[in-house]
Amino acid sequence: MVEIIGDFSEEMGGISDGLTLTFSASSLPLKHRWRNNGLSADFLADYVATFIPKDEDDPGSLSRQQEIRGAVAYIANELLENAMKYGEEALAAPTTIKLVLAADAILFSEINCTGAGRGATFRGFVRELAASNPAEMYLRQLERSGEGGGSGLGLLTMVNDYGAALAWKFQDLQDGTMRITTQVRLEI
Amino acid sequence: MQTVIEGENYSVEWDPTTRTAALKGILRLNGLVEYAPIAQFLSHAVPAGSMTLDLQGLEFLNSSGIAMLSKFTIEIRNRKTVDLLVLGSKAVGWQGKSLVNLCKLMPTLRMEIV
Repeated sequence: MVEIIGDFSEEMGGISDGLTLTFSASSLPLKHRWRNNGLSADFLADYVATFIPKDEDDPGSLSRQQEIRGAVAYIANELLENAMKYGEEALAAPTTIKLVLAADAILFSEINCTGAGRGATFRGFVRELAASNPAEMYLRQLERSGEGGGSGLGLLTMVNDYGAALAWKFQDLQDGTMRITTQVRLEI
Repeated sequence: MQTVIEGENYSVEWDPTTRTAALKGILRLNGLVEYAPIAQFLSHAVPAGSMTLDLQGLEFLNSSGIAMLSKFTIEIRNRKTVDLLVLGSKAVGWQGKSLVNLCKLMPTLRMEIV
């Protein structure tokens, strides 16, 4: 079964221009792999920043470049952290994150696999997010932030604080696992 | 300022005379469990009176860190004994985007983003 939530772009999978990073399951301790999320997010952000026009004499263009760099680093880091938190180690399928620069937007596509149970829980959260007023849901989750993980705060900040548009594709695979594609569109 | 917590890319500093806690660097810890030492320090720093939380030098904060700050803000709001001032910087991207949410959690919180 395939379920699409949000304005999902099938075309994005076919775009070869862009930057894709692939992470395979590894035996490194979690602390090392966790650090890798930040390094990868910074790398993606620096890559994007080189394409944003900058005029040394125009402070506005410098701050815009910095703003976009910061937004890309935040979003990429949250996507990778989520993939690591909610993915399942034992699965052989790698996690990938792809970044595409369009004329008016930066597009992210992150793919990871997870067990059917975890996948269904996440899909439940995404359905709720898609049906809710995101600002109200964000505040509600902030109030509940003391309760610990699984709050979906990363996705909610992307929508509320960065004005990003999110979409998902959930695919049940034959081996009983689920492949989740998360797309983020950040207008620039 | 004395350094009370130091990690790989971040530090927490404390100035007892001005009752200012400063978070600096890059914070991308894994969940509230890893944020617990910072949360615990902030929560015990000032039992009553004025307190300043200086975030101007905090270049990056992940969503778990935002959850930690939200939890701290709610605790201060509920305690009703601490007058909290939060200092932020316009030059740091995430602060302009996300800090304002703390005011929604605690309308009496004072925030200066310079």
